[in-house]
Amino acid sequence: MEYKLTFKQYQLGLEQGRFMGLTCNSCNAVIFPPAAVCRECGSSDLIATELSGEGTLRTFTVIRVAPEGKTPPYIVAMAELDEGPWALGNLVDTDPDAADMSLLGKRVTLGSHMAKGDTFSGDDTRVLTFSLKQA
Amino acid sequence: MRQVAILGVAMTQFGVSEKTNLEMFAEAGLEAIARSNLEPGDMEALFFGNCLGDFEEGQLHMAPFAHAELGLPVSAPATRFECACATATVAARHAALLVGAGVYDVVIAGGTERATRMGTPLATRTFAMASQAQHESAAGITFPGVFAMATHLYAHKYEIPLKELKRHMAGVAVKNHYHGSMNPKAHFQKEIDIDKVLGGMMVADPLQLLDCCPFSDGAAAVVLADAKKAGDLIKNPVYIAGMGQASNGPLYLQRDLTRVRAREASIAQAYREAGLGPRDLDVIELHDCFTIAEILALESFGVYEFGNAYDAATKGETALKGSKVVVNPSGGLKAKGHPIGATGAAQITEIVEQLRGESGPRQVEGARIGLVDTLGGDLGTICNIILTNRAN
Repeated sequence: MEYKLTFKQYQLGLEQGRFMGLTCNSCNAVIFPPAAVCRECGSSDLIATELSGEGTLRTFTVIRVAPEGKTPPYIVAMAELDEGPWALGNLVDTDPDAADMSLLGKRVTLGSHMAKGDTFSGDDTRVLTFSLKQA
Repeated sequence: MRQVAILGVAMTQFGVSEKTNLEMFAEAGLEAIARSNLEPGDMEALFFGNCLGDFEEGQLHMAPFAHAELGLPVSAPATRFECACATATVAARHAALLVGAGVYDVVIAGGTERATRMGTPLATRTFAMASQAQHESAAGITFPGVFAMATHLYAHKYEIPLKELKRHMAGVAVKNHYHGSMNPKAHFQKEIDIDKVLGGMMVADPLQLLDCCPFSDGAAAVVLADAKKAGDLIKNPVYIAGMGQASNGPLYLQRDLTRVRAREASIAQAYREAGLGPRDLDVIELHDCFTIAEILALESFGVYEFGNAYDAATKGETALKGSKVVVNPSGGLKAKGHPIGATGAAQITEIVEQLRGESGPRQVEGARIGLVDTLGGDLGTICNIILTNRAN
């Protein structure tokens, strides 16, 4: 078994502004971020796919008591991507103190930013960001 | 499978402790063994729970040291379990599976945790290690944050104004602190009111301080045995009627966080094995790490329809002498406290004592069937144990 797309390849994609996932050749499900097997049907017959990078915000929170190494307040959110998968990331370009329920259902564009590694996690890692799409 | 009984149970005071993890565990373990009318030398194995000993005390591989502290024989293996907050329930389930399978006749299970020693920033960091590291904890998600996102989803999905939902969630905290006020082992033994909950500092919008359980220190332990031998040892064994355990992946795969799929799978296993359903439960100790978590759990069990448990506490349906089913008579994680590696064994302790009629002012009258529910990580592990005071 070999990964079609490794975490490192996914990270390189983010660095270039590309959202790399997989399409399952057995059931057509889109898998994002990449994994060893299809989450819907278990098949390992997968092909690399670039996602559109657009989705809909489904929920969020404002973190005000943060883990060691993070500076609050900041927003963590989940979005449903247009290709089907959900993703977790940081909602940026929105004032945490202005964040409320009206965010749910808003259209968002994906991006990424660097999360600094710490003693425990080691390397810096790119994590997803969401920005509200201008109407 | 042979039927498995629970003999002696014990927990330490929960709260802030100066004792080491091993000292707390030995206190609970030796008390549980003594209450079983047994000696440490009678234990054939130790199923030991601890999550963060490496950060709390610089101690990995704590199981053999816990084994030595209890004075168990070298021939009795000690194994450490780590399933985040569900650790001790999973340890007890595996103990029960091996007793049921006939590998052992008498074993001890439990756990210990000394979380307060880390302080809030490091404790928040280490708890977040139970979220997926590359994609989720790197984005700064915390445990209150996970349940905060579930709260926003719940309000949106069931079209309940957030302000109204939060008032009902505060009702869960008020109820569990009321129960905790009758539990001398609870971390918090003071009653609170809804205004106090709604006036607390914001931790992760919309969860405020008193929507959250505390970081706690404590230990708990239970002795399990072949049911056929139990009656010779103590006069009131409690029996395992059914068990379940299920797993789920990172939040981005779970999607709708109002539906805890692992819990739905786990409770279905437990109901099936027990031949019981939600209407049969007299008392429940469930995983109220946050107020919203109690609401989600009651819906997963089928005690309420999805979208209908949010006002159960404010309507008085889940309190002692409530009209539906008594939920978290110990005070729950909210008030009793949450030493994560010990929590499941303390929940079992509460249910066993309830089924024996030993719970004093917080006794659920005539309780015959009780449910233990423990959640680990960000909804990734669920373990359920249904207990009864009547043998098959």
